[in-house]
Amino acid sequence: MSKPLLELENVTIRFGGLTAVSDVSLKVGEGELIGLIGPNGAGKTTVFNMITGVYQPTDGKILFNGKPTAGVKPHVLTKSGMARTFQNIRLFGSMSVFDNVRAATQLHRSHGIREALWRGRSHHAGEKEVEDRVLDLLEVFSLQDYRDEPATSLPYGGQRRLEIVRAMATQPKLLLLDEPAAGMNPSEKEDLMHLIEFIRKRFGMAILLVEHDMKVVMGICERIAVLEYGVKIAEGTPKEIQCHPKVIEAYLGASATPIETAHA
Amino acid sequence: MPNIVKDPRLLLLVAVVLAVVAGMGADRMNPYYSGVVIDIGIAIILAVSLNLINGHTGQFSLGHAGFMSVGAYVSAMITLELQKSMGPDALPWAFLPALVAGGTVAAVAGLLVGVPSLRLKGDYLAIVTLGFGEIIRVIFQNVEAAGAASGLSGIPRLTGLTWTFMLAAFTVYVVACLVNSTYGRGFIAVHDDEVAASSMGLNPTRYKVTAFVIGAFFAGIAGGLFAHHKTSITPQVFDFMKSFEVVVMVILGGMGRTAGVILAAILLTLAPEFLRAVAEYRMIIYALLIIFMMIARPQGLFNCERKKKPLAVKP
Repeated sequence: MSKPLLELENVTIRFGGLTAVSDVSLKVGEGELIGLIGPNGAGKTTVFNMITGVYQPTDGKILFNGKPTAGVKPHVLTKSGMARTFQNIRLFGSMSVFDNVRAATQLHRSHGIREALWRGRSHHAGEKEVEDRVLDLLEVFSLQDYRDEPATSLPYGGQRRLEIVRAMATQPKLLLLDEPAAGMNPSEKEDLMHLIEFIRKRFGMAILLVEHDMKVVMGICERIAVLEYGVKIAEGTPKEIQCHPKVIEAYLGASATPIETAHA
Repeated sequence: MPNIVKDPRLLLLVAVVLAVVAGMGADRMNPYYSGVVIDIGIAIILAVSLNLINGHTGQFSLGHAGFMSVGAYVSAMITLELQKSMGPDALPWAFLPALVAGGTVAAVAGLLVGVPSLRLKGDYLAIVTLGFGEIIRVIFQNVEAAGAASGLSGIPRLTGLTWTFMLAAFTVYVVACLVNSTYGRGFIAVHDDEVAASSMGLNPTRYKVTAFVIGAFFAGIAGGLFAHHKTSITPQVFDFMKSFEVVVMVILGGMGRTAGVILAAILLTLAPEFLRAVAEYRMIIYALLIIFMMIARPQGLFNCERKKKPLAVKP
């Protein structure tokens, strides 16, 4: 395996008496596409929130780029190359499609109040550069026709797509997708799978995909980790996971037979 | 609109020239009218600066009168001191520095209040800022150097049309430029969704504190203009009702809409002059107005389109 970009070492988090995630270890190498699955309430999103700095683990540690992330604020983590989407879409509701992406793109452009107020040449040059980058991105993800529409007027699948584009605009090394297929119909799911594969091919970044939908995960992930009640019960290739007795038990109950190949 | 965005500096220049011209004609004006016009200018500064905090950044502050009083007292104490030590001749030169000093102290107060309290959201922040406004008032009421309950009087009348409108134009310029820059996108992103903003690499605290401090600065400037316009100030002037009045302007004009808020500031300054007969019921009318606005036109009186569209499909 390539050098790990993200490393979870025996991560545990407790909320009062409840141990939401217990002793989970996981490695994501550069350019890898890893799936994290599990039944409802297994702790997938909690793991996500610990990686992105929203929660601090009670025990264990998380390394991103070899550096511990403990105590690092989410916006600083994003600057160092980690971007995410949300399970329930969180777009900037009063902004246009264009401005949603622009707000994320400007992360790497720092300018002072003086420049914003004086409106000199450097201000315009900086704005132009950001705008060009936004337009490029919108074009790559074929959203350019909607650039001036309010973000929330897009159809559901489009909003998901825009959220991914917005995360991409921060130029991440690791893209974290939290249940991107939630609430999608089968054809939208199909599109999403193509989109994720396209992102990987074109931008070559690592992706950690939290997902509920077996078809999506089995179809595109190289490696899959399975959580149940906050514990990692299995990790392996999609093939291995499909025949793993513990996974079958978690999803279908103890007496079920192995899942039919769920390949797309 | 695009041209204004392209070079707002030109517009600022035009506004400043207009302010100077208006100031030259002010001597021949009926002092009552020029007084009302100055009131309007001050109201514009207050409303536009509060709109940066409440409207664009979405942090509901009820402490604007508190910051205003800081600016009023600081600048008035400076000019009163100078009048005593150097005589009235030096005063016109000292006016702008005194105003800026008042604004700066108000901004520092904004920073001191903002850093701890901007961790709070919504109602909680409103309560803390409300409390701050009251604390400031009580402090001024009990400090002998600030005239205690009787306040300061004999403040030189330095606020004229020119100063007021130059500073109002400057306030609008600063707010408009900030909103149309990376700062503005940061403010609005924080307003829309703080969690999403921080995971897009925007530091919510930084944007909130920036908006708060800049808003407080201009509230301080407005306070300085106010003090040198009325020539006497007491702590009671800067009570909760004053803050509330500015909040009404922002809500009436439309949160985050600078042009609408300017119109609302003009309207709400003029209305009491025409409606002297029902002046006692002003606050009741304001309260009813806010309730009506929240139900019927949450986007403000002067905006045609709705600001926030609902999600196409709920997840």
